[in-house]
Amino acid sequence: MYKYDQYDQAIVDARVAEFRDQTARRLSGALSEDQFKPLRLKNGLYLQLHAYMLRVAIPYGTLDSRQMRMLGHIARKYDRGYGHFTTRQNIQYNWIKLEQAPDILADLATVEMHAIQTSGESIRNVSSDQYAGAAADEICDPRPWAELIRQATTFHPEFSYLPRKFKIAVTAADEDRAAIRLHDIGLKLVRNDAGELGFEVYIGGGMGRTPFVAPLIRPFLPVDNLFSYCEAALRVWNRWARRDNIHKQRIKILVHDLGQEEFTRQVEVEWQAILANNSDVPRAEFDRIAAFFEPPPFETGLPEDVDRSDPDFAVWLDQNVRAHKAPGYAIVNISLKPTGGIPGDASADQIDLMADLAERYSFDELRVTHAQNIVLPHVKKADLYTLWQALDAAGLASANLDLISDIIACPGLDYCSLANARSIPVAQKIAGRFADLGRQKELGELKLKISGCINACGHHHAGHIGILGVDRKGTENYQLLLGGSGAEDASLAKITGPGFSEDGVVDAVEKATNVYLRERQDGERFVDTYRRVGMEPFKEAIYG
Amino acid sequence: MADPAFSLRFRDDEPHEEPAVTLDAFLDQADASAVRLEAGEDARLLIPHLARVQLVEIAFPRFRDGRGYSAARILREAGYAGELRAEGDVLVDQLLFMRRCGFDSFAPAAPIDPEVAERLLNIYPYVYQPATDDAVPVWKLRHG
Repeated sequence: MYKYDQYDQAIVDARVAEFRDQTARRLSGALSEDQFKPLRLKNGLYLQLHAYMLRVAIPYGTLDSRQMRMLGHIARKYDRGYGHFTTRQNIQYNWIKLEQAPDILADLATVEMHAIQTSGESIRNVSSDQYAGAAADEICDPRPWAELIRQATTFHPEFSYLPRKFKIAVTAADEDRAAIRLHDIGLKLVRNDAGELGFEVYIGGGMGRTPFVAPLIRPFLPVDNLFSYCEAALRVWNRWARRDNIHKQRIKILVHDLGQEEFTRQVEVEWQAILANNSDVPRAEFDRIAAFFEPPPFETGLPEDVDRSDPDFAVWLDQNVRAHKAPGYAIVNISLKPTGGIPGDASADQIDLMADLAERYSFDELRVTHAQNIVLPHVKKADLYTLWQALDAAGLASANLDLISDIIACPGLDYCSLANARSIPVAQKIAGRFADLGRQKELGELKLKISGCINACGHHHAGHIGILGVDRKGTENYQLLLGGSGAEDASLAKITGPGFSEDGVVDAVEKATNVYLRERQDGERFVDTYRRVGMEPFKEAIYG
Repeated sequence: MADPAFSLRFRDDEPHEEPAVTLDAFLDQADASAVRLEAGEDARLLIPHLARVQLVEIAFPRFRDGRGYSAARILREAGYAGELRAEGDVLVDQLLFMRRCGFDSFAPAAPIDPEVAERLLNIYPYVYQPATDDAVPVWKLRHG
């Protein structure tokens, strides 16, 4: 994985100094809260309901054990002993004191980490496939391009006071594990007929209160022009986006208002102007970055067979372990969704343990997934049983990956000042209702996503089943949505009808799953059945 | 409105005397040499007339409105070498990126502490990307 050189380190160290300076000026009153707010947001520091929340960047979700241990250290020293892994492959801490924020950034900088542009109207942490470099189905490792984007977009002088936030995702596999079409820019590495690498460029996706699946804006962008083309799209948006209504300022609205054809035309014109100034990163620099992502020294001649005699282990093996490109290796998913837990939360001790296990069993590498789980990407099949035992002893062996209890949920009204309703208790009740793992496995892949307000941080639009918490005359109310997907079959979920109480929506989810069990045909997932039979049978069961 | 007493300038030439006129007026008056762009006005409309422009003032109605950064870069990329002034809600923490986008003069609505400005303008030893200043991106330093 990528290692900082003197330049990267000096830039991140300077950021710590700058933020310490800004914080001191805020505390002295030299900066007003209005003036300070965008500055702290560009360092991931939000003011929540009870305290400051700090979001730490984990670029494209990749980190090593030293960095993971630092995340545990911060949880212990500055927070309440836990952290929350997020849908942008980051981690956030919920109980931060403003005065300590510069010290946290200084601690992070000692392990090549930061909180730069994890919030605010800036280019956010670039996300990618959590199986990058390990997946059997990728055409190459997408992370060198993600790192190139990270650097080029860090402190970009033209694009740091954007109309709204801006999110970029990169993948290199047909199975889309990074929800690229729900990003402002989604990039998929492909080869053209001549065998050259390029990107399919999707622009204008997003969730929030006006969700869109991004259209394909350019079918093939030569890899060497990645950054200039992104700059062109950013510049068109920065210049012509609405600035009068915060809810209509994302690039998806501009793409929609101009129309795909006109937006594409404007980006192409701008791109020609930008190309003349040659802002693209040269191939030599890409090659330097790519060298950090060379595959680890996989052993050869390893056994493929795994002893399945322990039935609990076998269940986990079937559910949470995925195919690796190297013979004798596997990809291990650590679910942060135990029944009754808070989706995405991990204690400092669990964080340390995962770091230890990565060091011992996975070439010192971990990944954070947008579904708020952790991945050990390179595990010998021969080590799987020992690894599972260690995870199981720490409450980290929930065998529910991609099942109904593998829920994405935003922090909701328990923490968030924007929320209208709580998300966490709904997630816990649904996980409790479906606690029987056999029942979950019978339902198969079922992506359930919960947001506590219309901003959609819990990705409810992209859930096979989505739940949206709203405020109805002062009480929490939950709308149910069906048929969304953030994967390669991206689609937006549709609302079933009137909303429910907290318990009512759990009942409604159960009724929807019963319709699926009744109507499904061979091999269909929940979302496939929904797409075939439509909303009506579900509505009848839920409201009838 | 900006108070002239608060202005900061990073140019050696004499300040331009002529007041900046609106974009419409500038395009109408063949002898105008100073123009003010409001946020959201198209800087590219000035490009055919750059030979006669000596001052472009770009308005920042709110410091969070970043349209002026793109306007500045477009003018510099088109070869404009005259004074480029940021006017309005211009604060010390935004000066560095404004300088990188080509602004060389500032007319802030509230005074800027020159010591803080000096400190923040020099706080980053390196930059990751080329812009319209003379800072060299790290990829160039890495590869010579």
